Amino acid sequence: MIEIQDLAKTFTLHNQGGAVIRVMEGATLSVARGECVALTGASGAGKSTLMRMIYGNYRAASGVIRVGGVDVAQAEPREIIALRRETLGYVSQFLRVVPRVPTIDVVADPLRALGIPAEQARTRAADLLRLLNIPETLWSLSPTTFSGGEQQRVNIARGFAHPYPALLLDEPTASLDATNRAVVLALIEEAKARGAAMVGIFHDEAARARVCDREIDVSAFTPGLAA
Amino acid sequence: MTPLLSVQGLTRMYGAHVGCRDVSFDLHPGEVMGIVGESGSGKSTLLNCMAGHMAPDAGAVVFDTRTGPRDTVTMSEPERRMLGRTDWAFVHQHARDGLRMGVSAGGNVGERLMAVGARNYGQIRDTAVDWLDRVEIDAARVDDRPSTFSGGMQQRLQIARNLVTGPRLVFMDEPTGGLDVSVQARLLDLLRGLVRDMGLSAVIVTHDLAVVRLLADRLMVMKSGRVVEQGLTDQVLDDPQHGYTQLLVSSVLQV
Amino acid sequence: MSDYNFAYLDEQTKRMIRRALLKALAVPGYQVPFASREMPMPYGWGTGGVQVSAAVLTPADRFKVIDQGADDTTNAVSIRRFFERTAGVATTTRTAEASVIQTRHRIPEEALTDGQILVYQVPIPEPLRFLEPRETETRRMHALEDYGLMHVKLYEDISRHGHIATAYAYPVKVEGRYVMDPSPIPKFDNPKMSDSAAIQLFGAGREQRIYALPPYTQVVSLDFEDHPFEASKADHPCGLCGAEDSYLDEVITDDAGGRMFVCSDTDFCETRRAAGHAGAMNTGKDAA
Repeated sequence: MIEIQDLAKTFTLHNQGGAVIRVMEGATLSVARGECVALTGASGAGKSTLMRMIYGNYRAASGVIRVGGVDVAQAEPREIIALRRETLGYVSQFLRVVPRVPTIDVVADPLRALGIPAEQARTRAADLLRLLNIPETLWSLSPTTFSGGEQQRVNIARGFAHPYPALLLDEPTASLDATNRAVVLALIEEAKARGAAMVGIFHDEAARARVCDREIDVSAFTPGLAA
Repeated sequence: MTPLLSVQGLTRMYGAHVGCRDVSFDLHPGEVMGIVGESGSGKSTLLNCMAGHMAPDAGAVVFDTRTGPRDTVTMSEPERRMLGRTDWAFVHQHARDGLRMGVSAGGNVGERLMAVGARNYGQIRDTAVDWLDRVEIDAARVDDRPSTFSGGMQQRLQIARNLVTGPRLVFMDEPTGGLDVSVQARLLDLLRGLVRDMGLSAVIVTHDLAVVRLLADRLMVMKSGRVVEQGLTDQVLDDPQHGYTQLLVSSVLQV
Repeated sequence: MSDYNFAYLDEQTKRMIRRALLKALAVPGYQVPFASREMPMPYGWGTGGVQVSAAVLTPADRFKVIDQGADDTTNAVSIRRFFERTAGVATTTRTAEASVIQTRHRIPEEALTDGQILVYQVPIPEPLRFLEPRETETRRMHALEDYGLMHVKLYEDISRHGHIATAYAYPVKVEGRYVMDPSPIPKFDNPKMSDSAAIQLFGAGREQRIYALPPYTQVVSLDFEDHPFEASKADHPCGLCGAEDSYLDEVITDDAGGRMFVCSDTDFCETRRAAGHAGAMNTGKDAA
């Protein structure tokens, strides 16, 4: 489902004397349907960079990133937009939403973007929010005012609203209590069971051990760090 | 797939000074494209040339009309005006430029309908009331003049007035400029919902990077009349390739 | 006669106005600019109409002037005298006998016939002015038939009053093309403009515009399907001649609230009374 071959990434800092920083080289990995792969490596090794490149957020210098038949490294913006709408989900650590939009609509949004009627999308959103123990009294409020843990759960609900065939998870269990952590791990296992291919960053080792089939150390792709 | 709008080599000079030069891009149905750049970068000139408010010196603006793709630059003025009140819409930064301040809210919304031949008062009024509701203006205000509205309400009325004929392409010039931050948020949410529900394509000119991040799928960065970078909005903002874009992104104050 | 050139204006000016008139007749409803002259009367007193009349009058014409339908009001009397003095033409108050009729705010009740010319005095020729103040823009709107605004005006009327409250200067569309201001005639008169046998000329002196309707031109009053145009008038018969179908003026007769409705077209009323018609308020004194 997710195929990465010989991927490289550089940053050129035009405003700092045109310094070119090589952050990744020769990254190669493959994730099958129903598989969950954890990215590991020290802080700064490039886990987030790789995730962002898969999502099309960072531009690849060279190489191939194939997600469900689309090469993200070469695709037109609208192909990536379609990919994100239908195929590739992303549970990020940060919540980025229009202020004042009610939480329930934030969660329902990915479904609405797929053309699912408002009522049906809201029902699904409500199920997820209930599952993640977000009190119903908060649903009509904007998540921008929520605590970190609540925002994290809203983000997760949003990421799981649509059954994406491929999913990127950036620290999905960070800042969650035991109950909600268990709920999230169950959601991940459920997604695996329906055949979703997942790539994640988990600092929570127990969680990683429970849901991940493999680990890939991205230090191997870091220029100058590779053994 | 035929693009809804195909801009090819659009150039507009002001004497020796460059307004915009050699701008090309395709916009597909349902896409929202943001154009950012500082004042004087040519983004408003570009928007006005695309929307037919200003004649470009060179280039084509091919729109996929109901009878197939046509270059709107060479099309006759009546045809372009007809487009301007059917398939196209233009939202001005200042609502008073886009509204008739001496005409009631209902009359403002109804004008485009009447311009394309609606002649049933009851139906025009019902449609106007429906649209006021969609942009969250109390139906009881239908006979009030926009001069009695707040800035945010005026902007929403302008949007209703523009979208009532079900356009396929909306040009927006700083649609949230000059509004309070809280009012901006509400307007952004409204615009996102309308774009999604009506399947609109839009070109939004702004200098507010937060606005494009929330509204635009794609982003074009302009400097001195030229496009220096374009691509997926979050890619351009999070991984800017051009020096100017890097400067622009790093200059934004973080809250 | 006198020391004046025939009909006051010099021949070159009359030629210039005639050219504008011919163009206006060729493009019915289109406003033709013309170099309006200073006239020996203030703007608003009919300077446009007077110049048009001067350009079309010939020594053989018989001239009639009405103001709000009446031949005997100050404005009508002075303009009639003006042409008696400067052109030496015959004058009349009888609609049927006149070859040129200059009017302010009315069309005679009696149907006009072949060969007659009706000259309107126009204060503001631009029907779009109400909502669009820029002349450059209104001209473009006419050129492109961009007339949505006219209906916005009527829409505003209905939303504010529950019906189209515009009672005079009611906008019309000429031959399906130009939207035209009919001058401040009551909307009751609008239907008379359409398919008329007479030539209708409109002169706006201050605004320097001339427009025209050749004989038998189609003139349609703008309206909505669910609020159709109505040529309304006061719902009374004329107190003097009993006419049921003429446009009426309301006349206050005393300080105790007494009032009567009489024909605004004085010639029409007199002709009827001479033929023996009498209204409720007519005691028979002047009918005899």
